[in-house]
Amino acid sequence: MNTIFKRFVWIAFYTLLSKELKRIIRIWPQTILPSVITSSLYFIIFGNIIGKRIGSMGGFDYTMFVIPGLVMMSVITNSYVNVASSFFGSKFCGSIEEVLVAPVPEWVLLLSYVMGGVIRGMIVATLVMLVSMVFTSITVYSWSITVMVMLITAFIFSMTGFLNGLLASKFDDVNIIPTFILTPLSYLGGVFYSISALPPFWQKISYFNPVIYEISAFRFGILGYKDSIDIIYTLTVMIIIAVLLFVLCIKLLKLGKGLKT
Amino acid sequence: MAHMLTVNNLNKTYSNGIKALKGIDLTVKEGDFFALLGPNGAGKSTTIGIISSLVNKTSGKVTINGFDLDNNVYEAKRQIGIVPQEFNFNPFETVLDILMNQAGYYGVVMRQRRLLCEKYLKALGLWEKRNGIAKDLSGGMKRRMMIIRALVHQPPLLILDEPTAGVDTELRYFLWDFLRTMNREGTTIILTTHYLEEAEKMCRNIAIIDHGKIIQNTSMQNLLQQHNTERFFIDIQEKTETIPTLPGYKVSYAGSHSFEVKVSKGQSLNELFLHLEKQKLHVTGLRSEGNRLEELFLDMTAKH
Ligand SMILES: Nc1ncnc2c1ncn2[C@@H]1O[C@H](COP(=O)(O)OP(=O)(O)O)[C@@H](O)[C@H]1O
Ligand SMILES: [Mg+2]
Repeated sequence: MNTIFKRFVWIAFYTLLSKELKRIIRIWPQTILPSVITSSLYFIIFGNIIGKRIGSMGGFDYTMFVIPGLVMMSVITNSYVNVASSFFGSKFCGSIEEVLVAPVPEWVLLLSYVMGGVIRGMIVATLVMLVSMVFTSITVYSWSITVMVMLITAFIFSMTGFLNGLLASKFDDVNIIPTFILTPLSYLGGVFYSISALPPFWQKISYFNPVIYEISAFRFGILGYKDSIDIIYTLTVMIIIAVLLFVLCIKLLKLGKGLKT
Repeated sequence: MAHMLTVNNLNKTYSNGIKALKGIDLTVKEGDFFALLGPNGAGKSTTIGIISSLVNKTSGKVTINGFDLDNNVYEAKRQIGIVPQEFNFNPFETVLDILMNQAGYYGVVMRQRRLLCEKYLKALGLWEKRNGIAKDLSGGMKRRMMIIRALVHQPPLLILDEPTAGVDTELRYFLWDFLRTMNREGTTIILTTHYLEEAEKMCRNIAIIDHGKIIQNTSMQNLLQQHNTERFFIDIQEKTETIPTLPGYKVSYAGSHSFEVKVSKGQSLNELFLHLEKQKLHVTGLRSEGNRLEELFLDMTAKH
């Protein structure tokens, strides 16, 4: 890449990303607020009202135990939904053509949308964390693992959201997956319980749920709580999945799948 | 003169099996004002779509200002400004955001972006609307905004797909003027249209496309010369029970009080009226039907 081209690409990336960020801010009651409200409710209900009766889980106060799960659930849905709906929206009104006619490399297009999702995930995660501090105080066990897991998770789900937006042909197609797949997987993925607490049969079944790995690794990062899931193994697999998803998205974009007739 | 656009043996079959293009060849010279003319469904938008990377071609080769669209896609894209037939912007963004972002996608630096947006917003009379939301613009304003959007990176080639479809007469004349000026200042312009008047008034060279094939590719002058008869409708006071015989002219029935006459170049209208006078027919009206190109066009597309 020559210098001029590098500069062009940088400007294009910057333009696309700031458009994504402006969108997140402009419609903040849709993008930021819902997760913050829902998790506050969870904190009140599960943490304070029901949690008191549950006592502890895995050696931690129940309120504390659910925080990483709730944060992770927010990261997953927000990054996914952001990219899926923003990208599908621009397909739907045709404005994606503004980018397609311009000399914007596929990876720049992909990365700017994905970064938008990652950043929304991070913003919401931070706010949910802050809200949680009202209910309990936590000291983070390992910042590096916490941040890394959060970033890679946001990245993976942003890209999955991108795939969804790319292949969707109507708005229903981008609403179905969050409601019918992401939310159930998160609920069954150890947000509210440790999978070690499940009977062996259900533990085995749970290993097929990709979300338990992220939540478990994140809970380890925040609380230092370890269940049967190996952190190094989880991180490695997550990175491999992220790379594979990236390659897949680029391939589809180059072919013009879902974009060009 | 150098070629701004060459298209070789372009084919497109859509996934539903429709063969929209069947071996299109086109050359547009630098500085040209070129019309791609054809009836609805002829394949104009498909051709433009392939040139602007919005439609995947089935086979063929496209070169824009010397850059091959397959091997040098970024440079090739940089040469074109495209005004599509359908509105394709986010209706909830402001006019200025849409334009500034588009320039950003082309890598135009911020300071120059502002200057260019201002220049064209003023030239096309949208400066006052720059902070308005796109969906609140009238149809004609949206069209103008899309023209500005195609110009914000100062491409040497401007392609407009039916720019004046659904635009009122006043704006149409305004746009024609604007495009003529752009062309005089050096921008090569290609427009597709199914308005013959537009092609005849504006363009120096023309290709006629029908059913995915180029059926004529020549200069406008040549085309009009080829076509040397003009149709006149003549209204008379008397009832046209029998069509009058006018030696040397092709006459046909066109209603109870009117008939149609084909007049070749070089034939005089005086002579025609002399014949009518002799037959004691009183002419109450005379009109030339459509423009000359129109008839030629009907002729040509009928043959294919
Ligand atoms: N996305 C598409 N899928 C399938 N067929 C299409 C598509 N777009 C256009 N066509 C068909 O291709 C032919 C050419 O269309 P088009 O290029 O839009 O013509 P024009 O712009 O000259 O009116 C038409 O028969 C049209 O129905
Ligand atoms: Mg068309």
